[in-house]
Parts: sequence; structure tokens; C-alpha cells
Amino acid sequence: MFPRPIEKSGATAKAAYQAFLPFALILWLLPLLAIFLTSIRSAADINSGNVFGWPSEFALIENYTAVFTQSAAAQYMINSVLITVPTVIISVALACLAGYALAIYRFRVALPLFFLFVAGNFIPFQILMVPVRDMSVQTGLYDTIAGQFLFHAAFQTGFCTLFMRNFIKALPFDLIESARIEGVAEWRIFWFVVLPLVRPAIAALAVLIFTFVWNDFFWANVLTQGESAKPITAGVRALNGQFVNNWHLVSAASLLAAIPPVVCFFLMQRHFIAGLTLGAVK
Amino acid sequence: MADAVVTDTSTPTEPGWFRRNKLAIAPWIFLIPALIFFAIYVVIPIFESLWLSLYEWNGLYDAEGNSTAVWVGFQNYVKLWDDPNFWTSLRNNIAWLILYMLAVPAGLFIALFLNQTVTGMRFYKSMFFFPFVISQVVVGLIFGWFYNPDFGVVGTVWKAIFCEETTNILGNTTFRCERPVPDILSSEQWATYGIIAAGLWPQIAYCMILYLTGLNNVAADQIEAARLDGAKGWKMLWYVVVPQLKPATFIAVVVTVIGALRSFDMIAIMTQGGPFGSTNVLSHYMFEVAISEYGERYGYGSSVATVLFGIMLFFISYFLWRMYQDEKGGR
Repeated sequence: MFPRPIEKSGATAKAAYQAFLPFALILWLLPLLAIFLTSIRSAADINSGNVFGWPSEFALIENYTAVFTQSAAAQYMINSVLITVPTVIISVALACLAGYALAIYRFRVALPLFFLFVAGNFIPFQILMVPVRDMSVQTGLYDTIAGQFLFHAAFQTGFCTLFMRNFIKALPFDLIESARIEGVAEWRIFWFVVLPLVRPAIAALAVLIFTFVWNDFFWANVLTQGESAKPITAGVRALNGQFVNNWHLVSAASLLAAIPPVVCFFLMQRHFIAGLTLGAVK
Repeated sequence: MADAVVTDTSTPTEPGWFRRNKLAIAPWIFLIPALIFFAIYVVIPIFESLWLSLYEWNGLYDAEGNSTAVWVGFQNYVKLWDDPNFWTSLRNNIAWLILYMLAVPAGLFIALFLNQTVTGMRFYKSMFFFPFVISQVVVGLIFGWFYNPDFGVVGTVWKAIFCEETTNILGNTTFRCERPVPDILSSEQWATYGIIAAGLWPQIAYCMILYLTGLNNVAADQIEAARLDGAKGWKMLWYVVVPQLKPATFIAVVVTVIGALRSFDMIAIMTQGGPFGSTNVLSHYMFEVAISEYGERYGYGSSVATVLFGIMLFFISYFLWRMYQDEKGGR
């Protein structure tokens, strides 16, 4: 293990390390803590200039309810869910199929196709912006929930396929081989042999894609204009304009927007991290 | 061998064409939904954008439903060459690329600091990772406020050090400062660096988690052997540990390059490219040009996107080449 375990350096070193950890953490999360403190302050505190000291009174519930009653935040949150959930389902499902095809069958274009998905996943969004926006306007998908999740699902399929293909490739190939010898149909092999084995990959992709899409801001700006289809990220920006200098409300709204991915991360930490390392670093 | 084939095909229940070729057809059936979807929304639009960058178009259609785009050839690129905003954006993109790379060593450093097994370590590790999970929009808002000279953290700390609090006759508190409080995001000179610093926060967290998982896999026997040979500290890190972290480093570099070139959210939230376009990067400038209040300029926007795509393609090709080498080395 590197660095050398602190236990071996004596009790004082260990105690010092453990005492230092909370300080390091507070320093690291200082911006977040500061905004949390702001979000539970009263308007009076903000106006009197007490924005960094201890709050004179706690207005946690007032501020967070105010965000919902004074703005369309609830609508934005619902939109985010309606965009994110179908994206996760579609992209993971498509990637299971495509990843299986690219990992199991040996055909000439398997590798080029795989690289197509990988490359598509890295390209800048801007190169897609004008055509996708134009297509959405033409098909009536502009400023709708479906317009957003269809695009996200297609785009995220690239990343999901990359991940799924590598995951399936790492499975023991004998399993598939012996099923084939038994005469099991190809789709049955996929459904009964491979799918149960890729459950961890599905979990990892589900949390990751959820977070990516929930946090999307660019496409929310490109594909929506009104309140009816805006997700919370774009909504928070709109609130920022609406609550000028009401920093307690802006911070409360920002933290609300951050809650679902954070909860997701803490519930499924192991899967989340496995996904982020692209399965390459195990 | 030949006999076996003959007997096989002459069996009375000869399988149909579909069945005989099932191993050739099956992959396409599995692939087609993803391919169609991916082609419509990703592959074809790339080429449309490249093509559109040779047109001038405001995004409108005439009564018959034909696009009003006008062919201008390479005019958009000529304009780009003379556009000072384009060069500012490109310069900022380079600044992002270089400074964002700090996330890789910084992430390694924090990972090394956290790679211990004292009680509660899991909690600390996930809390350190926290910034990556929250949206860049939120990070941008947090830092926008953090940098605020009047009531942000930077302003408050600055006042505590350089300013004297005075109360005037009306009872209002004012500050008399030796040096004026810096307004980072309104300074043409510093705003970009302020945003990059904000962007580094989640990116360091990402690199850290990559290295933490990487450190888990470092071969313990090699470390012990090196320790017996008297290696420690920096030497151990550089010659024994870092080489073993190569896969983690590769992914960290990939995601950092992509992240740097994709930076859009923070700029849109914190400065919207201002003051006077000084914090623009290509990704944001493209958006600004293509969809702006002064009318839509899809063609010109597409030419900016094409340049960005070209830069990205350079990196993507390198990554794919590296992956290809690994594939060949593998199965």
C-alpha cells in the first residue's frame, strides 16, 4: 500500500492525521458549506450584510418553501425527472443490445462500429447543436420533454455502449459458447445468460446517466424556451435572474437542484465509481 | 473435414437461410436500434454541421418549406480569421486546456492523502468526491457568489485583511480599504482564471476518485520489494507507483481534456462570456453566435463548431489510437 499506512508511523501521527482530516474536508467543501449557510439565512441577514458570519436566525424551512411557492421550481424538478428517467431506460436498453453484439460476435466492422460509439461520446455538443435544434423544430419536438430525452438517450447510448461492450467482453466467453452448442437461440442467450450477468453494469450506467442528464444545462438551453419543458438546471438559472440579490433563495434553489444526483451517488456509490472509471480501472 | 460438411448439409431438415447465417445476422439485429438512433442524433448532424458551415442561414424556411440558406463557400472561415472574438475564445480554450491539466496531479495528491484506512475513511473519500456529483450550473453559482466582492467569501476575507470598518453618521457601515476588493469575474484579465479555478474543483474530485481506485490495485508486493531496496517518498511515488497508475492517468487525462474543451456551463452561468467577450471559449462563443438576441447565424456558428470539432478530433484520434493498441494487445 502506498503511501505507508499511517498506523505504522505511530500513534501521534495517526491522531494528528485524524484530527487534520475534518479541517481538510471543511476547507475543500468551503464553497458548498458557505452556500448552505446562506440558504438557511433570513432575508434580514442578507440585507444587513451578515452573509458570512453565523446566521442570526435559521430560516431553512421558510427559504426552501419560498423557492417552491415563489417560482416554478416544482415544475422544473418534475420536468427533470421526466427527462432523466426515460433517457436512462432507453439508453441503457439500447446499449445492452449493442454492447452484446459488439462484444460477442466477431464480424469485420465490430471494432470500427465500437470506435464510432466511443468517438461520438467525446465530440463537442456544439457540432450537433444546429442540426438537432433544427430537426426538433421541424418535427415539433422543440420545447418538449420528449425532444430532450430522445436526444439525450441517443447521445448517451455512445457512452453506455462503450461501457457495456467492455463489460460483456470481460465475461467468460465459454458461457456463451456452451449455450450455443446446446442450441440455445441467440436472443435467449442474450436474455437468459448475459443479461443477468450485466446487472452491475446496468446499475452503474443507470446512476451515471441519471447524474449526467440531470446536470445537463447546454441542451436544456438549446432545446427549450418556455417553463413547461425546462429542467431544473436551466430553471435555477432563470431563478437566478428572478431572485436578483436574494442570495438565500438562489442558494436554496441551487442546493435543491443538486439533491437528486447527490442522493443517487450516496445510495449507489460503488456502482457510480465503477462507472466513472469506465470499468477500465477496477 | 469436407465429409462432415457434406453430411451436415444433406440432412433432411435443412435449416433455412436465416438459420444458417444466424451468426452473421444476429449482431445486426442487436445493433440496429442503437445504430439508427445514434445515426439520427449524432452521426448525421455532425456532417450536416460541417456542410452548414459553408452556408449563411438564419434558421428560417420560406413558405414552401425550403431552407433560406445561401451558399457562401469558405466565407465563414474567412470572417472567422478576422474575428477578434474568435481568437480570444481560442486563446481561452488553450488556457483551459493547460490549466485544467492541474486537476490530474492535484487529484493524485489528494488521493495519496486519503489513501489510508483509519476509521471513517470511506465517508471522507465520498465527501471529497462530492463536488463532482453536483451540476456545473450549481458549481458556477456557488463560485459566482464565492467571488462576489460585496458579500462573497473572497470579499469578506479581503475586507478582514485589508479594510477598516467605519460607521458614518447615519449609522451605516462602510469599508475603507487599502486596496480595493478585487471583483474577479468583472476583470477582463482575471475572470477566465476565476472560472477555471471553479471548474478545477469538480475536476480534481473526478481525478481523485480515478486515482483512489487505481491505488487500490497497485501491486503490494512491488511496493514492499521497493521498500526493502530503500525506495521511499517521491522516488517510490515516481518510479514504482505512478507507472502502475498508468490506466488511471490515461482516463484522467482523457476526461480532463474533454472537460476543458466542453466547458460551457460555468461560463454561461458565471460571466456569459463577458466582460467584453474576455471569458468566451469556442463552445460558448458558438452558442452565442448561433442563437443570440441579434438573430440566428447558424452558418457562422457551425463554422466555429467545426473548428472546435477539429481540435477535439485531434485528441479523439489519439485516444482511439491508444485504445486500439490495447485492443490488439488484448484478445
